[in-house]
Amino acid sequence: MNIDAPLNFAPYAKQSSAALLQVNRLACERDDRMLYQNLSMLVHCGEIWHIKGANGVGKTSLLRQLSGLLPLVHGQVEWNRQLECPFIYLGHKLGLKDHLSAEENLAWLEALSGVSNRIKRLAALDKVGMRGYEDSLVGHLSAGQKRRVALARLHLTQASVWLLDEPLTAIDQSGILVQQSNLRQHTQQGGAVLLTSHQDLDMANVRILNLSALIKSDQC
Amino acid sequence: MAHFKLPRWFHQLGSPKWFYQFAGLLQPWLALISLVLLFWGIMWGLLYAPADYQQGNSFRIIYVHVPTAILSQSIFMMLAVAGAIGLIWKIKMAFIVARACVPIGASMTVIALLTGAIWGKPTWGTFWQWDARLTSTLVLLFLYLGILALYQAISDRQIAARATAILSLVGLVNLPVIKYSVDWWHTIHQPATFTLTQKPNMPAEMYLPLIVMVSGIYALFVLLLLLRTRNEILAQEGRSGWLTKLLQEGHA
Amino acid sequence: MLKYYLCLVWRDLLLVMRQPAAVFNPLVFFVLVVSLFPLGVTPQASQLSQLAAGVIWVAALLSTLLSLDLIFRSDYDDGSLEQLLLGSQPSWLLALAKVTAHWLVSGLPLVILAPIVSSMLFMPYHALPGMLLALLLGTPTLSLFGAVGAALMTGVKDGGILLSLLVLPWYIPVLIFGASAVQAASSGMPMNAQLALLGALLIFALMVTPAATVAALRVGQMQG
Repeated sequence: MNIDAPLNFAPYAKQSSAALLQVNRLACERDDRMLYQNLSMLVHCGEIWHIKGANGVGKTSLLRQLSGLLPLVHGQVEWNRQLECPFIYLGHKLGLKDHLSAEENLAWLEALSGVSNRIKRLAALDKVGMRGYEDSLVGHLSAGQKRRVALARLHLTQASVWLLDEPLTAIDQSGILVQQSNLRQHTQQGGAVLLTSHQDLDMANVRILNLSALIKSDQC
Repeated sequence: MAHFKLPRWFHQLGSPKWFYQFAGLLQPWLALISLVLLFWGIMWGLLYAPADYQQGNSFRIIYVHVPTAILSQSIFMMLAVAGAIGLIWKIKMAFIVARACVPIGASMTVIALLTGAIWGKPTWGTFWQWDARLTSTLVLLFLYLGILALYQAISDRQIAARATAILSLVGLVNLPVIKYSVDWWHTIHQPATFTLTQKPNMPAEMYLPLIVMVSGIYALFVLLLLLRTRNEILAQEGRSGWLTKLLQEGHA
Repeated sequence: MLKYYLCLVWRDLLLVMRQPAAVFNPLVFFVLVVSLFPLGVTPQASQLSQLAAGVIWVAALLSTLLSLDLIFRSDYDDGSLEQLLLGSQPSWLLALAKVTAHWLVSGLPLVILAPIVSSMLFMPYHALPGMLLALLLGTPTLSLFGAVGAALMTGVKDGGILLSLLVLPWYIPVLIFGASAVQAASSGMPMNAQLALLGALLIFALMVTPAATVAALRVGQMQG
């Protein structure tokens, strides 16, 4: 059952102390065009947010603004200060080098935030069903396999909130089930997930943020 | 640094609406001032100032050359500072002003180079000499052209503004280094016998018109800058409410 | 922090080792440009040795320019740049690591090739140590300033010629002091002043460029 999330900030104000992420009246402008305005939301432990909307409505831009890759012109994004590593962002572009092996890629990506060892990296690859491919060059893998390698990184960080842009693209049916159970596991451990996806999630208690609807209600 | 408080007038100036109206009020006065100063300066310089004892009448080109050369450098500084203000305090207006500066600065540099070359013909017997000043002005022109090209290459105005702000800031800190290196290069190769502008004792009848011309061309620059900035505002704020209202009221 | 820096440099070097072709092209270009001068000007030893200093530096400038696109382009295209910018380490360190790797695969080989090329231009052998010192001090500055231009180009769709327009004016001081150092070395004059100035330029570039590079990379991300 899906719960449509309220788009206004007010109903959640009283719980704000426990929020992992607080977004306040966020707006985004691209090429002199307003994408969304007055976007407010609170993200709590254990929540999965499915960001929906037509193409070009600003789903990717929203995730990039939350991660800090796009500058904030209007509005605020506040991460809970008590979190040591508040979030991890995996973009539509995978961030993998074709000429490095799956394990080498995970190694340098992990060096960005902390340290990891080979055993942990292999365990992470195992989690996404890519064990056995650790030494193959990423360039030789299929699109779905590459995506899985990128997702393996999630199991190496301590990040509380996962910001995932189209994480299920090109992944096969059984793989999607595995990823969904990984997402669920993360939220059960107190994390939260914000993701965009063109396919519906086959999961319970997913909050839906429909950017198209937000824009329509704004124009009325 | 972003926590540093700016005075209120600065934020007022940062609002496109306020700037648009304020610039509209200033425009006629600036047009008048620059017209009077430039006319006065040119008449004085070309007709009444005494001829130079070495160069004869050909020196009179300094009344165009020197002001444009000064302006070409100060405009570069201004556009880099405007870009820095835009980057640090996220003021959109600063980016608009920076963008308006670039073509004016580039044209001033071209005029300075051309008048320098024309002056060079009677003085050195050749249009181009690898003189230190001419060379660094040429480099300045390249810096301007780079900024112009970067504006052209990026279609999103916000991205273009930030990218060129960074470019012009790096250009600005490099400018003294380039100037120094060109001077140094010039002294180890044989220097030209004549330097263009460093006249030891220029009599008052010669430098007073120059001062008038310099102030006149500054006034002209401010006027052009306001005109270009207003155009830029029209282009960028096209769909915003205040502009439509203003145009309907017929105040624009 | 040092570990992070070394890890990034190692990553780039590993990538170069896996696909070395891209790095060779600018070096071949360097030798090619130098060998055009005897063909275009004169094969006479006396005149070529006079030109040698300038020719070598201009060729070094141009070949550095050709290799600049390697610094950030592929990282931008495959999205690794986003991840690098989001890393928890200070981002100027990232800029320094990228530039170090670039210099190791494009600047250092130029220094190594220079003795061969200079003998093709009949530069006197006693000028060799001076020329190598000047190149060692000057080429890192070229990489540092080039990185700013390359970072700006991540926001531009196809900026091949544009990049050279932006970066070449910044290279003028290195060209002037570098060529003059080599000139002094080959005529047997002291070249301390030039080397000191090249060193000063390097320190200046180290202070100015990492911040500018990172700022430009962040602007480039706005495009994505």
